[in-house]
Amino acid sequence: MRRTVRDASATFSRAPLLSLLSITTIAFSLFAFGLFGLVALNIRAALQQVEERVEIRAFVADGTDAQAMAAAAGDIAAFPEVQSVDLVSKSQALERARHELAEFKDVFEPGILPASIDVRLKPGFRDPATVQRVSERLKSYPFIDDVRYGEDWLVQLYRLRNIAGVSGLALGLAFAAVAVIIIAATIRMAVLARADEIAIMRLVGATDGYIRRPFLLEGFVKGVLGGLLALLFTWMGMHLIDHYLHFHTVFFDPGQAMLGVAAGALIGVIGSAVSVGRHLRAV
Amino acid sequence: MTAAEAVGVIRFDRVTKEYPRSGTALNDVSFQVARGEFVFLTGPSGAGKSTILRLTYFDERPTAGAVRVSGVNSQRATRREISKLRRRLGIVFQDFRLLEERTAEENVAFALEVTGAPRAQIGPKVSRVLTQVGLAAKSTAFPRELSGGEQQRVAIARALVNDPFVLIADEPTGNLDERATRGVFQLLREINGAGTAIVMATHDLDLVRNADYRTIELNRGQIVFDSAASVEPTA
Repeated sequence: MRRTVRDASATFSRAPLLSLLSITTIAFSLFAFGLFGLVALNIRAALQQVEERVEIRAFVADGTDAQAMAAAAGDIAAFPEVQSVDLVSKSQALERARHELAEFKDVFEPGILPASIDVRLKPGFRDPATVQRVSERLKSYPFIDDVRYGEDWLVQLYRLRNIAGVSGLALGLAFAAVAVIIIAATIRMAVLARADEIAIMRLVGATDGYIRRPFLLEGFVKGVLGGLLALLFTWMGMHLIDHYLHFHTVFFDPGQAMLGVAAGALIGVIGSAVSVGRHLRAV
Repeated sequence: MTAAEAVGVIRFDRVTKEYPRSGTALNDVSFQVARGEFVFLTGPSGAGKSTILRLTYFDERPTAGAVRVSGVNSQRATRREISKLRRRLGIVFQDFRLLEERTAEENVAFALEVTGAPRAQIGPKVSRVLTQVGLAAKSTAFPRELSGGEQQRVAIARALVNDPFVLIADEPTGNLDERATRGVFQLLREINGAGTAIVMATHDLDLVRNADYRTIELNRGQIVFDSAASVEPTA
């Protein structure tokens, strides 16, 4: 193990420029991937915020007994999809309309707006099909006149979400593949730079495992350093966007950040294993 | 003595080696090298000398026939067995093949490190072989600071440090002037005198004529002359 660590660190000290180049290349590959991840994360966060506004409003017929409304609200709150139920009286509806549409506040006369039962769904139950299913159940109450949930808007939102998800996955895979290819090429350069040494090692009887180990450690260290550098670049990029474009962006949480660095390490190790393996088969 | 050693530490049985591009390099070659023997391989360029050496240290495998070195058979040897075998062979090249960024003693120690030798043993062993090749005073010099003859001595020291039973030398004096050639050859004779077999490919016919060692002459991939009366040439 000591020899592995010594040989791996000797690579950094003997060829500092090449090592720096490898780490920077890994960092930029992962930075591109990281920036993409940040965009995907922020799109998802934005869509989630919009999704939270999904609400079903069941309008109650005039003259409905308040007790019947309260009993129905209790029933509805027990639906597995439902997060919260609000009873909105006619006067509260008027108040809300005047507040939300301030410029028309004089148009609304007392008694013009119906009372309603406003239902919010739990996360994971806000897709068009579930919303429609819950709406149908609400309609089955005899005192419910009409149910509205912005059907067109909700369908559009989900279409956008699906497009973002699929294109995000495809782009993410493409970015990851490019990162792997660039990193493998970088490590291949490091292997080729030591081709003479590897050839001599084989001649004096080194086993494949003995030759491979320092390269794997080197790939791991370069992957981790590249990953950390990429994280720093991404963080700086986010702050630049915040500062100049005034977007409030979400950054990776510590778990996601560690996963990114671990991915860098894994790519470094796999890239090294592939490059050294190919080289060893050839000598 | 094992059965393999009784019939020779190196044994070629009807070995043919063909390359996809350049064609046949060796054609149905058979010979043996006994323990402690000194053998010259001679012949013009492209005759197959280096191919025989590469087959001996299993850098390549025969297209047909079998090479056996100390009981390791080319038809069955795994990569791990080949690595283990090479630790018991010493290999020396015309171009020395030293690591430029390591000192003479580090180059020699390198061959011990890959075998996993205990650190406490490495220093004394390296000093011993560098003294044996006459380079004790230049142990901390880098290859670029050494003459051609001295670099070849470092390469020989590296080949000797694992106490090989055979030393394989591919044109070891090919890059050296006459004086350095004599020095390196004398060193090889001393190594052989201590019991290590030597197989040396060379163009230097003066060297061959002035030494009373077995000579195998190759031409176009076949043995055309073998001075050992006990071995029949194949062509």
